[in-house]
Amino acid sequence: MAPAGGEFRVLSLFKPTLLLDYLFSSAFAFAALNTLWISLASLAVGGVVGLILAVGQEAPSRIIRRAVLAYLWLFRGTPVLLQLVFAFNVLPAFGVVLPGYACAVLALGLNEGAYMAEIMRSGIRAVGRGQRVAARALGLEEAQIMRWIVLPQALRIIIPPIGNQFIGMLKLSALVSVIGVQELLLTADQTAAANFRYFETLSAAGLYYLALTTLFMAGQTLLEKHLARRPGRRAVALPAGSIVR
Amino acid sequence: MTPLLDAAGIWKSFHGQAVLHGVDLTVYPGQCLVLLGPSGSGKSTLLRCLNLLEPVSSGSIIFEGAEIADTPRKQIARVRQRIGMVFQNFELFAHMSALDNIALAPIRVKNVPPARAREQARALLDRVHLPEKADSFPDELSGGQQQRVAIARALAMEPSLMLFDEPTSALDPEMVGEVLAVMQELAETGMTSIVVTHEIGFARRAADEVVFMDAGVVAHRASTAQFFSDQVPERVGRFLNHMMA
Repeated sequence: MAPAGGEFRVLSLFKPTLLLDYLFSSAFAFAALNTLWISLASLAVGGVVGLILAVGQEAPSRIIRRAVLAYLWLFRGTPVLLQLVFAFNVLPAFGVVLPGYACAVLALGLNEGAYMAEIMRSGIRAVGRGQRVAARALGLEEAQIMRWIVLPQALRIIIPPIGNQFIGMLKLSALVSVIGVQELLLTADQTAAANFRYFETLSAAGLYYLALTTLFMAGQTLLEKHLARRPGRRAVALPAGSIVR
Repeated sequence: MTPLLDAAGIWKSFHGQAVLHGVDLTVYPGQCLVLLGPSGSGKSTLLRCLNLLEPVSSGSIIFEGAEIADTPRKQIARVRQRIGMVFQNFELFAHMSALDNIALAPIRVKNVPPARAREQARALLDRVHLPEKADSFPDELSGGQQQRVAIARALAMEPSLMLFDEPTSALDPEMVGEVLAVMQELAETGMTSIVVTHEIGFARRAADEVVFMDAGVVAHRASTAQFFSDQVPERVGRFLNHMMA
């Protein structure tokens, strides 16, 4: 039997009721919502940036291709944490004063774009050359070929890796706590700073992250099963009759 | 009668290696021209030069009375609208139903109202004997059916010239007949076409003239009856014997 003092220390180290309190507190729920929307918004920005970069990498102009490479070099070659702090602390010196949320989405989104570009490019490349040649022979312009032939097919290919990126983004978003954005990690940290209950606060934040990532992994699995079940129907592409403007 | 297409002195090199050594080819409206010749003789390259999928190194291509060999890049798509092409590997757009494959270019390139384009697409599916396959996706169709949809897709742009690049080479033997039958019907209804094929039987049945290419030049050209008579150059005779062996 353990000595009484030891038992006391274990009990004081972890109070399940406190964990439950935090889990259902409005502060943590609010923080989880922030984590969720910052991740979604950053992913959306990353998606748009990634698409522009991916198309730019396939552009005939060498200047555009070089500019894309410079972007990738910059954003992949420096820590995202540095980019985040840079956006928060250096941009104001140039007159660009953004609230913490905006800095978070900007930095995470621009960084994500550099990685999303690679996924989208592999998707674009996976669409056979013959498909483009056939479209060209019909008299379509290059931009139309990209819009109507290549991207719809590429999109289907890149859905699984984009799901992975999203789960990564949920976790990456914890970084924005350093610029004072009220997301899960910062909320846990600040709550603990008042009462030193790190075990409970961090566990509460961890459970929220797990809940979010589990939810999205399940969604991703369902989506992939759905895509695999109907090989003929390119689910994300134009359903029959949808090429109407 | 003025030729529909008059190519003269077509040279084409890839990386300094000449593939076409000054090819002359004339096609009159309503003619069905079959291009025969050993593989590597430049038949497919010639077809791709004719609709500007490959720029010629030198030479002249008069199509519908105008020089097209030096068409500026921005206007190439307009020329291609007038020339349909059918590929060895069909290259139907994998994410679209048969009907949408056919209706896409008229809608996007010629701004035909979608309802009308679909109506025309259905009529074209009738013409290639696949009225029941409108909503099928390419991977739900046999090779022969895919190729017939591809022919309908090319016809949808109402081209004045059709190019067939080994349209039956990728097909299982039992499907060759259905595709050749559609091509023959087209030729009989007066569609001007240039067909690269190894199907000697098709050449006999459908061609008005046969052109024999060898080592990047037109080695022999004759009316179908003459071409398959006994009075042919020795090289052609050897090729025909080999093909029919």
